[in-house]
Amino acid sequence: MEQAPRDPERQLQPAPLEPLGHPDAGLQAAVGEEAEGARDEGSGEGTMTENNFWLKKIEISVSEAEKRTGRNAMNMQETYTAYLIETRSVEHTDGQSVLTDSLWRRYSEFELLRNYLLVYYPHIVVPPLPEKRAEFVWHKLSADNMDPDFVERRRIGLENFLLRVASHPILCRDKIFYLFLTQEGNWKETVNETGFQLKADSRLKALNATFRVKNPDKRFTELKHYSDELQSVISHLLRVRARVADRLYGVYKVHGNYGRVFSEWSAIEKEMGDGLQSAGHHMDVYASSIDDILEDEEHYADQLKEYLFYAEALRAVCRKHELMQYDLEMAAQDLASKKQQCEELATGTVRTFSLKGMTTKLFGQETPEQREARIKVLEEQISEGEQQLKSKNLEGREFVKNAWADIERFKEQKNHDLKEALISYAVMQISMCKKGIQVWTNAKECFSKM
Amino acid sequence: MEGERLASQARSSGLPAGGATGESPGVDAPLLGSSGSSALLQAEVLDLDEDEDDLEVFSKDASLMDMNSFSPMMPTSPLSMINQVKFEDEPDLKDLFITVDEPESHVTTIETFITYRIITKTSRGEFDSSEFEVRRRYQDFLWLKGKLEEAHPTLIIPPLPEKFIVKGMVERFNDDFIETRRKALQKFLNRIADHPTLTFNEDFKVFLTAQAWELSSHKKQGPGLLSRMGQTVRAVALSMRGVKSRPEEFMEMNNFIEIFSQKINLIDKISQRIYKEEREYSDEMKEYGPIHVLWSASEEDLVDSLKGVARCLDQCCKATEKRMSGLSEALLPAVHEYVLYSEMVMGVMKRRDQIQAELDSKVEALTYKKADTDLLTEEIGKLEDKVECANNALKADWERWKHNMQNDIKSAFTDMAEENIHYYEQCLATWESFLASQTDLHTEETSEDKPESH
Repeated sequence: MEQAPRDPERQLQPAPLEPLGHPDAGLQAAVGEEAEGARDEGSGEGTMTENNFWLKKIEISVSEAEKRTGRNAMNMQETYTAYLIETRSVEHTDGQSVLTDSLWRRYSEFELLRNYLLVYYPHIVVPPLPEKRAEFVWHKLSADNMDPDFVERRRIGLENFLLRVASHPILCRDKIFYLFLTQEGNWKETVNETGFQLKADSRLKALNATFRVKNPDKRFTELKHYSDELQSVISHLLRVRARVADRLYGVYKVHGNYGRVFSEWSAIEKEMGDGLQSAGHHMDVYASSIDDILEDEEHYADQLKEYLFYAEALRAVCRKHELMQYDLEMAAQDLASKKQQCEELATGTVRTFSLKGMTTKLFGQETPEQREARIKVLEEQISEGEQQLKSKNLEGREFVKNAWADIERFKEQKNHDLKEALISYAVMQISMCKKGIQVWTNAKECFSKM
Repeated sequence: MEGERLASQARSSGLPAGGATGESPGVDAPLLGSSGSSALLQAEVLDLDEDEDDLEVFSKDASLMDMNSFSPMMPTSPLSMINQVKFEDEPDLKDLFITVDEPESHVTTIETFITYRIITKTSRGEFDSSEFEVRRRYQDFLWLKGKLEEAHPTLIIPPLPEKFIVKGMVERFNDDFIETRRKALQKFLNRIADHPTLTFNEDFKVFLTAQAWELSSHKKQGPGLLSRMGQTVRAVALSMRGVKSRPEEFMEMNNFIEIFSQKINLIDKISQRIYKEEREYSDEMKEYGPIHVLWSASEEDLVDSLKGVARCLDQCCKATEKRMSGLSEALLPAVHEYVLYSEMVMGVMKRRDQIQAELDSKVEALTYKKADTDLLTEEIGKLEDKVECANNALKADWERWKHNMQNDIKSAFTDMAEENIHYYEQCLATWESFLASQTDLHTEETSEDKPESH
């Protein structure tokens, strides 16, 4: 695991917050097991493994979801779901946990938190939120946001998000994140006060805008391609999985009809009656077993979905780099042209086209004083420009270094998580097969007794 | 002969003059009212019934017994008949083996039809040789069935596969259809061979052994359809009457067969539907595995896992195909045969009722008219014997049929269960081996103890 940079000065964007050094601060989280913990039923616990820097462990859970009604910004009634976030600090020595904070948040607040993190940590692959609307549904699942199953899966997803952030060596130290977990009222105002929305580069929102970068960083280009591929292949996989689930559901459920018909038929059969009846019962068992099986599979799909959205986050980092590079190139270009202008003014030769040159030609030469003044302005601008270019370059290099560090961290996490997910999928399949063998063995016995 | 041509027209009405494609196309029968999505094959059962009705009527000559067959039952009195019609001693040793194969298309100027090769191997003395090979078309099977029904009106004759499928087949007789039919035809002949009475039927023997021209000339003998058709209207009227005076045991039989017919039809539909769903599942699965391979191309560290999963999914897909073919080999044809069988049995019940009704109407005539009492009494005597004979034949055959039905159903469903067990076992093996490979690598790679997610 990488070393977390503890010096706030070295963080790329000056964050409007103090470093978290208070011993009382509930949040001194460490890196740890977040993915697995989130998969447990009920209130998942993210127990953090010990990382030598931190003094206290914390546990975060999104333990409940509640339907609420309220008034929105336009003073209209709306229904939404609120989620209870509980934070516990774990005593190092005896492992006992104490509830330190508990508050309710709705999905839009999570979004706000994430948007903030995206702006202030552009070099970080920021963990994604669970989907806003149910997608890749197979027909039995409803695409309704109020559907209890969807809400439940979202609860787990939100918990997972918090755990991911809490276990990220850099993000976990963010104060806004800390306040998100601890300060229920006024948190929105606090976030907005940071002015992060202004900092957000509106150009990033124009997703399709291409910036012609003359010297693109090969690694980032490759990474961008990779993230596109990852998005595409996971989407495809999820779509097919949904269809497969649909079909599998059909196969199982139709067998349930046997149960009913066998039962009715058994009424007229003397010798075969019992066998038919009990076989029918097993057919019912078989048919109803698919519900649990597919519910488990839905969790697997959620694991894949997380990485589908992670691909988006990865892409965002590439985009930001691209923008940065573009700005850098523009600044360099601008500087070069100013220098050239300056030189031309000084030597009196006009090689490049300039508006001033044109007007001079049209309206007559300017006075030496005027020219001197202009040269001076330009020289100031050039000096400023050189400073800016220098700092931009530095910024760029820092960005690349930090981004790659986080990308490496992300890669390892992804490989680990996806491998685990595939293994868990295999485990699910094995369980399904075992159930199938059992049911059909029972049914066979009943048939053979007919 | 006139009668024969009419027969062929009645049975395959609407044979277009200009080159019909396929065998004996008939009139489209109404669909049995199921939605488009669930109906895959709809039996043309009603059409078959109409044909049966034509053939149901007995010619006046062969009312009591089949003079043509070598049937062991050559009764001299009703009593001895009763003793004869106990089918307890089924031939334990099969001495007649029949296969139906090699469907071949024949094109003539009028029509296109398919013939099947029929090979008979036998050790029976009555047969001139121990092996026979002939070619027969569906029409010939229909003829045979008709003759058997005529000769044994209250025996349960095995069903023939449907004439054709009503719903949406672009190519009228594709390979699947022909194969299904071939298997059903083979079953049909073997069922007859296994039947203690029918196996000795002369027409059956001719069917199995005669060359084409011999069969044609043989077909032309016997009472023409014209005389049979004349009886149809009367037969319907009679059967209504027969229902009212039906003895208790036949009431039970009838109740049973009605409910059985309902249920077996449902089971047929359910089974077809399962096949369809499995086919669609298999189609989706075919796409599922390859995506993982595609993904592995961009993931260096996950290549093994992804390819492993892909392999498992492909294996499971193959296992599904196997399960499906098992279904279509065993369960589907068995259940479908009993759908058709139940129709046959209901037809047999009707015929029995008609025979009974004939008797009842004569008895009624006797009570009202005083004239011709001698003649009537004689006729009644004959009819009483006929009724007794018919009832006993049916009772015995019913027991036999029920017994077979139980065995066949039991075996078909046991088969299905086995197919499913085998399917899951195969899938289990492939996933377990994948898991083993992953956990081995896993413990090799990582030093930390990470709990596996379940």
